[in-house]
Amino acid sequence: MDQLLRIFWGFLSTVLFGGLLGLGLAVASRKLKVEKDETVEAIEGAFPGLNCGSCGYAGCSGYAEAIADGSDEDITKCKPGGAPCLEQIGKILGIEVDTDAVRMVARVHCIGGSDVASRSFNYSGISDCTAATVLFNGDKDCKYGCLGMGSCISVCPVNAITKTANGLVEVDQDLCISCGKCVDICPTAVMRMIPEDADLIVACNSRDKGKITKANCKVGCIACRICEKKFPDAGYKIEDNLSFLRYDNRGEGRAEAADKCPAKCIIPNKSEKIEETPSAG
Amino acid sequence: MSYFAILITYIFISNLILSQFLGLCPFIGVSKNVESAVGMGFAVTFVMSIASLVTWALYHFILLPLGLTYLQTIVFILTIASLVQLVEMVVQKYSPVLYKALGIYLPLITTNCAVMGIALININSGYNVLESFTAGIAAGMGFLLAIVLMSAIRVQMETEKVPRFLKGAPIAFISGGLMAMAFMAFDKALLNNLVG
Repeated sequence: MDQLLRIFWGFLSTVLFGGLLGLGLAVASRKLKVEKDETVEAIEGAFPGLNCGSCGYAGCSGYAEAIADGSDEDITKCKPGGAPCLEQIGKILGIEVDTDAVRMVARVHCIGGSDVASRSFNYSGISDCTAATVLFNGDKDCKYGCLGMGSCISVCPVNAITKTANGLVEVDQDLCISCGKCVDICPTAVMRMIPEDADLIVACNSRDKGKITKANCKVGCIACRICEKKFPDAGYKIEDNLSFLRYDNRGEGRAEAADKCPAKCIIPNKSEKIEETPSAG
Repeated sequence: MSYFAILITYIFISNLILSQFLGLCPFIGVSKNVESAVGMGFAVTFVMSIASLVTWALYHFILLPLGLTYLQTIVFILTIASLVQLVEMVVQKYSPVLYKALGIYLPLITTNCAVMGIALININSGYNVLESFTAGIAAGMGFLLAIVLMSAIRVQMETEKVPRFLKGAPIAFISGGLMAMAFMAFDKALLNNLVG
């Protein structure tokens, strides 16, 4: 009985002590509350809160403060927030904003995996694209393709990029927050931003002449100009031995051009993935 | 024990991390670059010195007279956790500069075992209030020393070729272990030579 009582008193006093401390903290948090500028808090609330730093400030709060005190007049710097965020900030500050812009996402413009692209040597240095580029511009024969070491993976603030089985990387466009960090770090500039609703992409980045490209990679754009010449309205344009596809003016024959491409490097933007529909019941 | 001896003891000889293996979580977690390691080190020093004072007072003025010393572990945890929260609020209110430097590290060490450890060591060694305070500061400095050395090693290791199965935390723990062996050179004999 004595023991039980002892345990009971120990229990009671600890509960009381803990409660007292909790109460003290609650009071202190009221008394010591730091008055924040309401505008700053409202703006910060409008941001996604990822602290990705793509606006150029240390974090979301830094950018919010800069907007609120007027030292930064550009309110479009938050890429992850996109249109809804812009609209909210506009409302807070009383500014009319144009929110029609389409969300941009990153996309690797290369499908030359280890199965189709040849290699000139075996690279066994640190797994970093920039380091690999220093050594003869990478281990691939094609000096413009994706090296697949994953420099972009390590800078992506939302882990949207993964390695694929054939030695490339892949961006999950649903997760992408359009911060553009992967585009900045990619030494071969094979990572580019495209509109989220892009239908097709030219999945090649090779500026080599057609013959060289063909020798280096089975799926490289050889600049045969079929897409540009046969489908003049489709928006394909060959520059620097590489076909570029425009997204602002989508004319006739885009998909047909993809079929006609001899290298088959014009592919749907969102391929492979089969849409999973939740089964009812 | 003189204050100098306490300082030497907790910075080198009984370094909390390298010879008692307390507080390994921030030691591995926040040692990726030197800058944040220094921030963390000072935050820990700050919290340890205050926690030493408060837990000493708590033990000698409340727990001991009431015969509740068997509750010291749990009560210390409660006190230290709320104390750190309170300190964070006070610092945020009165010193925004200090808050920016230490603020993000303070919540990470609310219930750190190194802070808890030095509080219990103080009680078990029967230190008086000033000795406890000194021990708290010294333990914090020891932590600072260890974590800054560790972060320098890890920055260096970024460029080294580490076998894949050892990458990240494993190699960090191995380096920590080697550092601990090096710190075995600091022992009681050294203290006796210094203090006599």
